[in-house]
Amino acid sequence: MAVITFREALRQALDEEMTRDKEVIVMGEEVAQYDGAYKVTKGLLDKYGPDRVLDTPITELGFTGLAVGAAMAGIRPVVEWMTIQFGLLAIDQLINNAAKFRYMSGGQFKFPLVIRGPNGPAEFLGSQHSQSFASYFVHVPGFKVVAPSTPYDAKGLLKAAIRDDNPVIFLESEMSYGHKGEVPEEEYLIEIGKADVKRAGTDATLISFSKPVLMCLTAAEELEKQGISVEVIDLRSLRPLDRETVYASVRKTNRAVVVDEAWPQASVGSWIQAEIMKDCFDDLDAPVELVASEDVPMPYNHALELEVQPTVAKIVAAVKRVAYKEKE
Amino acid sequence: MAEKVFMIALSPTMEEGSILSWKKKVGDAVKMDEPLCEVETDKASMEYLSSQEGTLLAIVKDVGTSAKVGDIIAVIGEPGEDFSALVAAPAPAPKAAPAQAGPLAPAPRTPAPVAVADASGRVKSSPLARKLAAEKGVNLTDVAGSGPHGRVVKSDIESFTPAVEAPRPAVGFAPSSLGASPLNDERIPVSRKRQVIAKRLGESLFTAPHFYLTLGIEMDRLMEARERINGQRKEKIGLNAFLLKFLAEALKRHQPLNSTWEGDFIQNHSSIDLGVAVAQPDGLITPVVRNAGAKGILQIEAELKDLIDRARNNQLKPEDYTGATFTISNLGSFGIEEFTAIINPPGVAILALGATVKTPVVGEGDALVVKKIMKVTLSCDHRVVDGAVGAGFLTELKRMLEDPYQVLL
Repeated sequence: MAVITFREALRQALDEEMTRDKEVIVMGEEVAQYDGAYKVTKGLLDKYGPDRVLDTPITELGFTGLAVGAAMAGIRPVVEWMTIQFGLLAIDQLINNAAKFRYMSGGQFKFPLVIRGPNGPAEFLGSQHSQSFASYFVHVPGFKVVAPSTPYDAKGLLKAAIRDDNPVIFLESEMSYGHKGEVPEEEYLIEIGKADVKRAGTDATLISFSKPVLMCLTAAEELEKQGISVEVIDLRSLRPLDRETVYASVRKTNRAVVVDEAWPQASVGSWIQAEIMKDCFDDLDAPVELVASEDVPMPYNHALELEVQPTVAKIVAAVKRVAYKEKE
Repeated sequence: MAEKVFMIALSPTMEEGSILSWKKKVGDAVKMDEPLCEVETDKASMEYLSSQEGTLLAIVKDVGTSAKVGDIIAVIGEPGEDFSALVAAPAPAPKAAPAQAGPLAPAPRTPAPVAVADASGRVKSSPLARKLAAEKGVNLTDVAGSGPHGRVVKSDIESFTPAVEAPRPAVGFAPSSLGASPLNDERIPVSRKRQVIAKRLGESLFTAPHFYLTLGIEMDRLMEARERINGQRKEKIGLNAFLLKFLAEALKRHQPLNSTWEGDFIQNHSSIDLGVAVAQPDGLITPVVRNAGAKGILQIEAELKDLIDRARNNQLKPEDYTGATFTISNLGSFGIEEFTAIINPPGVAILALGATVKTPVVGEGDALVVKKIMKVTLSCDHRVVDGAVGAGFLTELKRMLEDPYQVLL
C-alpha cells in the first residue's frame, strides 16, 4: 500500500472525483495557478483547465456565495478557504443560505457543496489565525461536518463529501498536510457519520478528531507503558456524530477523556462530554474529562502557544485522573 | 407560587416524625390552620396544621414514611403549577448499615472499612459503582471509597468482600425441638417514642449521679381519710391525687427537690409541675399536673383523670407531657413492694411508690401491730440534692402522709 501525505490524499480525492464527474469544480484563492496555498490542488489546473479550477478574488463572502448559487444550479463546487479563519467573512452565505435552502425549498434544491480548508491552531500564526471553529459549523442543522486525522480518512471522506448532496464542511489542519499514511491504490469511500477506533483499549477511552487524534495515540502509547490500556476513538464526523461507537467504547472502559483543540466553552468537545455524561451515566466510573485549549486568545510566544493547547502530558494526566491512577 | 411544606418540630424533643395519615388528598384545597396530616412524634400523634394556603400539589412523604424536621413533606401552590424543581430532592440517605452480629460473634480482627459520607449522609460514588453495588447487593455505606474525596468507584466494588454476618448464637433449644413457641425472632423497628425514651433515660442515668433513699410510710390514716371523704361522694378520688397534693406540700418546703441542674447554675422553679408516669402499650409517658402546689385535691384529681385518659388515647400535646419538675412512678398496683426509678429530666428527683401492704410493725411498748405500709424510694441527682437534703424531704413527706393534719402547719 502506498504511503502518501495528507495533502496528496486530498489531491487524489479531488482528481478522482473531477475525473468521475465533470460537474465537480474547484474554486478558491490561489487554487489554480499557484496550486493552492498548501499545494492541495497541485496540477489540477493543467489537467482540468480554467473552467473547472477557478482562481477567485480575495472576497470570501463573494466567492462562497457564488459556490452556493452554483450548487443550487446543480454544479458540485469544492471551495477552498485558504484557512477557516478567513471563512468567518463568508459564514453568512453558509449558515443562512447553504444550510437552509434544502429545508426551506421543501427539498427542491440540493446543495452538493464542499467547503474545505485548514482549521485550528498551527504555529506562529498569532491570535487571529490560530483558532478552531468546528463548533461554529457543528452547531448548525443543515451542515455535515467532517474532520479527518489521517491521509486514508481524508481521501475517503473528501470523496464521500463531494458525492453528498448536502453542504459538507471539511476541516483540515495545517500541521497535518505533511503527515504521511497508508492509502490503498483502489478506490474507496468512507461513510460520513462513522467514527473509527484508532486503537483498542480497556481502561479508558480517548475521544478526539482532526490533528489532536495523533496526540491521543502518542498519549495512549505512553500510558500503555504505565499499565493503562487506552482506546482511541477518532470521530472523523462531527455532524452527524457516531454516538454508537463512542458509547460502546465508554460502556466498555467506563471512563472517558475528550480532547478538542478548541476553547473549552461551548465547544464540540464540551458537547460530546455532556452527551456521554447524559447517555452513559450509569456506566461511568468517573466524570468525563475534557482536555481543551486554555480559555485565552492564542499567545504569539511559541512556548506559550504550545502550552495553551492540548499536550500529550495533559492528556496522559487526564486519563490517569479518570482511571484513578493518580491521586488528586 | 408553589411552596414546600416542611416537617416541623411538633414537640420540643422531636427530631423526626412519621406520617400516620394524610388528611388532604393531592388536588384538595388547604386553608390556614387546617389539619394537613397526622404525625407520630416522639411522644404522641399530632395533627399537622397547615401554615400555608393553596392547593395540595404533591405529597412527598407517604403514609408510613418518616421525615426529619426540616424535610420537605408536601408541596402547596396553585392548581396545575409546575413544582418539579421543588421536589427534585437529593438522593435519600442510605439506609443504616446492617445490624452487627450477635454478642458472641468474634470481634473482627481489623476494623471494618467505612464509607466516607458527607454531611447529609450521602456516600459519594460513581454511577457505575452504584449500579454494580446494586447488582451485587453491596451496601455502599460498607465500602471504603478509594477515589477523590472518598468516592466509591468500580474497583472498590469489585474488590469488596462483605463482612460475613456471623450466625446468631443459638439461645436455648432450637425452636423445632419445642414445638410452636409463643415467642418469635422478629426484629421490631424502634418507634420514635421508644427512641426518645431510650435516649432521654440513658442520658439521665448516665450523666446524673443517682442515689436512692427508701423508707416505709404508714398509710393507715391517709387511707381512712380518703375512705371517709369518698364515702360522702359519688365520684371517688384516686389515691394518686392525695399523694400528689401531699407531695406538692412537701416540695413547697424543700426547694432543692423542685429545681433543674443547668451545668453552671441550678434553676429553682416556683411552679411545682408534677409528672406522673403512665404506661402505654408503646411505652411510658409522663403527663404533668402544672402548679400542683396551688391546686386542691379535687382539681388535681380532675386534671389527672383527663391527662391519663388522653395519654391512653395518644392525644397528649407536647405541653401536656414536658417539663415536669418532679415525677412520681407508681408500680403499687402490680404488687411491686419497692423499686428505684430513673430521674425524669429536667427534674432532679423522682419518687418510686410501691404497693401498700399490711405489715407487722413494732409499735409502742414493743407491741406488734399491723400497719398499712407503702415503701417509697426517692432517686436523687447528687449534683443538686445531697443525701441529707433528700432525706429531709422524704421524712417530711412521711410525716405528712402519716399524719395528714401536718399539712396544715
